[in-house]
Amino acid sequence: MFELLGTTLSSRLLLGTAQYPSPAVLADAVKASGTSVVTVSLRREMAGGRAGEKFWSLIRALGTRILPNTAGCHSVKEAVKTANMAREVFGTNWIKLEVIGNHDTLQPDVFGLVEAARILCDDGFTVFPYTTDDLVVAERLLAAGCNVLMPWCAPIGSALGPVNLPALRSMRGHFPGVPLIVDAGLGRPSHAATVMELGFDAVLLNTAVAKAADPVGMARAFGKAVDAGREAFSSGMLEPREVAVPSTPTFGRAVFS
Amino acid sequence: MKLTVNGEALETAVTTLAALLAALDYEGDWLATAVNSDLVHKARRAEFQLSDGDRIEILSPMQGG
Repeated sequence: MFELLGTTLSSRLLLGTAQYPSPAVLADAVKASGTSVVTVSLRREMAGGRAGEKFWSLIRALGTRILPNTAGCHSVKEAVKTANMAREVFGTNWIKLEVIGNHDTLQPDVFGLVEAARILCDDGFTVFPYTTDDLVVAERLLAAGCNVLMPWCAPIGSALGPVNLPALRSMRGHFPGVPLIVDAGLGRPSHAATVMELGFDAVLLNTAVAKAADPVGMARAFGKAVDAGREAFSSGMLEPREVAVPSTPTFGRAVFS
Repeated sequence: MKLTVNGEALETAVTTLAALLAALDYEGDWLATAVNSDLVHKARRAEFQLSDGDRIEILSPMQGG
């Protein structure tokens, strides 16, 4: 069990719902992962089909908590308006706030992010800001009213894994009491385990599961990796040493000469 | 009355936002609506009078990461 902002969650893995081969695979992957929070988005409803209604029915049937995002927003105004519309549809104050600053890297516009976070926090939202590993930006987000931070570990969808471990370690050290969720850039379960071993509270990922050859199997693998990383962190890991240390006791050995 | 609905031009005789949604077969609690960039809450759609030239956004849930 995991306590996040007053909510008890059964898993430290948050899972995105995009890019799965089919709605059935999405549903099975969510169940296999053990996640209790899924991310969703909002888009224009296109004429006919009621696709949004069907998707929403599928998600509600999963019984998880919903974390809507503002993906694709490139300005404060867009992000704030999208957040308000998400609250209307999904009935939650939680919002994964994305203000994208660069088309190629999908890097957050951290200046716009802080501004949008302040507006939304003042309006009663619980803001999960998609940010970088920059400590000063993190401090500004906390000052704006955020109570959780979601740093990337590599560009969205890149599957590179943590490209700057010292920065993530530093972030964990600077904000010991703030829930930190690594969001974006994870490619393999070992990446998730690595950041969990650093003491991050949770991870959020999508593409690594959805685009795997077997998304359901990969969802299960990520769930296990997140649990393993957390348990390792909680259990106190051995620090690396540059000398060999025998693991078998050396006393009482027989002498053969 | 000429409206722009989700970026598409639409000519209609309806006068309220709720009537527009009904005409488009978009009824239910799975939508968010904005008129001229301002959110219009569900509870206000029935009384919300549309004007010629209004830009309406109708958003619904979709997959997201």
